[in-house]
Amino acid sequence: MIKGTIFNIQKFAIYDGPGLRTLIFMKGCPLRCLWCQNPEGLTLNPQLAYHDRICIHCHTCVKVCQLNVIKIEGDDTHIIDRGKCNMCRRCINVCPSGALSVIGREISVDDLIKEIERDMIYYDSSGGGVTFSGGEPLFQPQFLYESLKKCKELSIHTTIETSGYANQQIFKKISEKVDLFLYDVKIVDEELHKKYTGVSNRKILSNLRFLVMSGRGKDIIIRIPLIPTITDTDENIGNIMRLLLSLKDIEEVHLLPFHDVHEKYNYLGMTYRMPIHQQLKIERIKSIKEEFEKKGFYVSLWGVK
Amino acid sequence: MTILNESIVKEVERRRERIKPFNERIARLRELTTQSIVKVSVERAKLLTEFYRDHIREGLSIPVQRALAFKYLMENVSLPVEPGQLIVGIRGTGVNEVPTYPEINLHTVDDLKILNEREIMPYKVTYEDIKIYEEEIIPFWKGRTIRDILFVNMSREWIDAYEAGIWTEFMEQRPPGHTAGGERIFKIGVLDIKKRIREKISQLDRKDPEYLEKLEELKAMDIVADAILIYAERYAKLLSDMAEKETDSERRRELKDMAEICRWVPANAPRTFWEALQHYWFIHVGITYETNPWDSFTPGRLDLWLYPFYKRDIDEGRLTREKAKELLACFFLKFNSQPAPPKVGVTHEESSTYNDFSKINIGGIREDGKCNVNELSYLILEVYDELRTLQPNFAVLVSEKTPDNFLIQALKVASAGFGEPPFFNHDGVIVKMLRQGKSLEDARLSGVSGCVESGAFGKEAYILTGYFNLPKILEITLNNGVDPRTGKKIGLETGKPDEFKNFEELWNAFLKQVKYFLDLKMEGNDIIEAIYAKYMPVPFLSLWIEDCVENCKDYNVGGARYNTQYIQMVGLGTVTDSLVAIKYHVFENKTFTMSDILNALGRNFEGYELMMELLRNPEKTPKYGNDDDYVDDLAVRIVKTLSELVESYPQSPTRKASKRVYWLPTTVHVYFGKVTGATPDGRRAGFPVSEGISPVQGMDRKGITATFNSVAKCDWDKTGGALLNVKLSPEIFEEENVKKLVQAIRSFFRLGGHHVQFNVISTEVLKEAQKRPKDFQDLMVRVAGYSDYFVKLPKALQDEIIARAEKKFI
Repeated sequence: MIKGTIFNIQKFAIYDGPGLRTLIFMKGCPLRCLWCQNPEGLTLNPQLAYHDRICIHCHTCVKVCQLNVIKIEGDDTHIIDRGKCNMCRRCINVCPSGALSVIGREISVDDLIKEIERDMIYYDSSGGGVTFSGGEPLFQPQFLYESLKKCKELSIHTTIETSGYANQQIFKKISEKVDLFLYDVKIVDEELHKKYTGVSNRKILSNLRFLVMSGRGKDIIIRIPLIPTITDTDENIGNIMRLLLSLKDIEEVHLLPFHDVHEKYNYLGMTYRMPIHQQLKIERIKSIKEEFEKKGFYVSLWGVK
Repeated sequence: MTILNESIVKEVERRRERIKPFNERIARLRELTTQSIVKVSVERAKLLTEFYRDHIREGLSIPVQRALAFKYLMENVSLPVEPGQLIVGIRGTGVNEVPTYPEINLHTVDDLKILNEREIMPYKVTYEDIKIYEEEIIPFWKGRTIRDILFVNMSREWIDAYEAGIWTEFMEQRPPGHTAGGERIFKIGVLDIKKRIREKISQLDRKDPEYLEKLEELKAMDIVADAILIYAERYAKLLSDMAEKETDSERRRELKDMAEICRWVPANAPRTFWEALQHYWFIHVGITYETNPWDSFTPGRLDLWLYPFYKRDIDEGRLTREKAKELLACFFLKFNSQPAPPKVGVTHEESSTYNDFSKINIGGIREDGKCNVNELSYLILEVYDELRTLQPNFAVLVSEKTPDNFLIQALKVASAGFGEPPFFNHDGVIVKMLRQGKSLEDARLSGVSGCVESGAFGKEAYILTGYFNLPKILEITLNNGVDPRTGKKIGLETGKPDEFKNFEELWNAFLKQVKYFLDLKMEGNDIIEAIYAKYMPVPFLSLWIEDCVENCKDYNVGGARYNTQYIQMVGLGTVTDSLVAIKYHVFENKTFTMSDILNALGRNFEGYELMMELLRNPEKTPKYGNDDDYVDDLAVRIVKTLSELVESYPQSPTRKASKRVYWLPTTVHVYFGKVTGATPDGRRAGFPVSEGISPVQGMDRKGITATFNSVAKCDWDKTGGALLNVKLSPEIFEEENVKKLVQAIRSFFRLGGHHVQFNVISTEVLKEAQKRPKDFQDLMVRVAGYSDYFVKLPKALQDEIIARAEKKFI
């Protein structure tokens, strides 16, 4: 039985592909984008999360922890030493408010499909389906492939939200089971891509070209994260534009403006390395949108029509 | 300005800019109904008292007495005409001047003073009128009202349970009603009915043991038929006189036309769109003058009944779309000029509502099984969209045959956030009707009235008898028959809960208690039905509901073609979550012992705060509404068991009514919450219980499809209807998204859902409105089966609406 790790299942999603959808957030990602908006998807392993705003400060967690992972300091602040934690889950089980939780759980393909099938009637009526997001869904290729295959057997429309970072063989096999790709193009310059995401973009671009060459261009929507001074530079936007124009059949672009999500990092005890915190000015977003539109692309923000 | 304030300003503007009365006349009339102070009018009480004191002859049967009293009213009540109105007739002495019904429930001087003084939903009463009540009306009716007779006839056990808040009794304040007009109203005139009454009298068989009852009822019917003709004729004369004196030539022509219309209807079947509206309105005024029936009255499937008139008038050039719109607006504003009659035994805090629950249905299926959506369906939506008044209420009937576009337009209207219109599964309503034995044609002409109540329009007396407090009964089960609020033993001894060995023992004990209280309530219902049959016949209502005339029987005696008696279950979410919490934590995971939970409940979780957190945390305790079979299966079991249990009672002796279940709360879940102690789902004592069949406030966290799936697991076809509230944020109503919402509603109905209504509003706005009520006077929200002004709701209900989980979509 193949198992995968996911960190959320969201029903009634309306912005991630056509119709009404179920969104599967898969855990684990080979990239380390500075601005990552879903840090809970970065590592494959389950993580201990602590929401201080929900916490009722009952200190039950401190009492049950045998490894002294959680300490109370000063004005009732919970200090969590995740390095010591062996994920025994005792604290999570007793936490009455739910302030402590585990991000990430293993699930078998069959159980996942059962969960997806619960909203079948909504997909049928609305032309919706399932969207695998993350993290990077391609990071768990076997699990993703088996899940997609089962979905197709059930005539469920499939979408993946992906960075495109995978070996071509794997990518090719999986792409046959995907109806729609929400495909990230972040930075065209290879060196800058490495600098800000931790990996080269060669595989990403070659997989994109492969898709287009095999006639799947119409099944791709390009998603561009607009990160101030990193991806929104005139040079990078120009590069992306030229790249997309050189690829035939791509018609639609989603722009994803940056948000400061440092709180999410705090919950997980992770470090937010993004030096910029301001959002992009609406004028700048509009002007980028217009540039793409001038070239004949259909553009929307956050995928909202 | 902060972002928060900006969003509030935007939302308030969004709401306000939706109100666009489409011409000056409608704007003025709208203002008249929304701005006039609501007053008590003693005219009806005074005339009725006068009649019974001075004009009654000895030896008359009760139906005939009642009929003559109605005639006396129709001969003598005031005839207000609002400036510019195109439809005449008001129950009362003017717009928002509400009569009282001392023969049913008699207001005390204190009641009147409180109604006059209270801040929330006052009914102004003059000092002179209070004096009239004190000197004439109270002395005459004291001890003789239906309310007095009713309580005298109830058993001690019944009174105990009633006082403990196990149920409410609908019939103690208002008589039955709970019905809707059918096609009959629009096809015949009073003279046609009078002709039929004479035929029926001549055909009566003197050997029939019911001969005398039938004869007296037919006589009464004939008298009330004359009475409404007198009322219309008085208006015709008044309008002619007004026309004579009118200086504005256009208005003079209108008044003359109106006088002509009043000479034709309700005597004869209407011929034009305008006549049809005036015809119905006379009947509506008559029915609401005769008594203060529950849910007032409603034309029901308005787009269906009116379409032939509309089509013919347009084709023959008598009517334009614009004129039809104006007439509809005038018509709807008549409803808004008749606030609900004030209750008796009121308190300062009690808010009640001005809404009298008249519900206009649009869409759905026609008699021939085809889709009923027509031009008028859209026109009615449009008129409501521009008027946005408290009354009348609306219902969009959705069938597999309904086009998406109609639902999109209806959702756009709903998006303004006033809560109207709600959506109903008409295919499901038809299944319910067929299951109850109605003919296919009658089933197709059915609809929903009141909040969510399915009924065969124009042919069924489907009478609601009271709300039934399931969480309270669980509380009494957990206390072995004792009500911990009073220490009084009012239930059965079903065993000490800490000695229960498994969940089934608890379930069986709960079921025994439910059965015990249902026995009491059902026994009471049948007695009350007999009281109304004997003392409070309604010959005028009976003229319009088939087959009262044919059967020579009053509506309250069982004259209608179909007779049903409903009990309204309340608190599915709370009781399901509570039982599951015990099953999960006590019997399966052994997180706590039963004694732990009982101790915590007894102390209202004081000192047991951690347990409470755990019990009310959906991550820690399974909760209904998240598409989780573990808990939903129990909801399914509760719904099924209660349907079967209630239907197992024999037909009522008087009306031969079958017994059935609705799941709806109106606002009673607040009262039921007040009288119910802490519950095992982590709810503290006094907080509202869950409303309708909605999940416990804030406990559904998996999105609207999960809520729909949980709800749709239960078999609602075996009930008469069930109410589901869903709170949505505004972006779901944006262009492309709204199509997805249409499909979500359709899917829910395919799965077997009965009803869904949307509150479209951000919690920030509601919280702000709580703080600054003066600035949010016009903030209307969906309460439960109806809409009301948010700032006028009691704090507890406001809090409850805020707490309903806001569904997130991004």
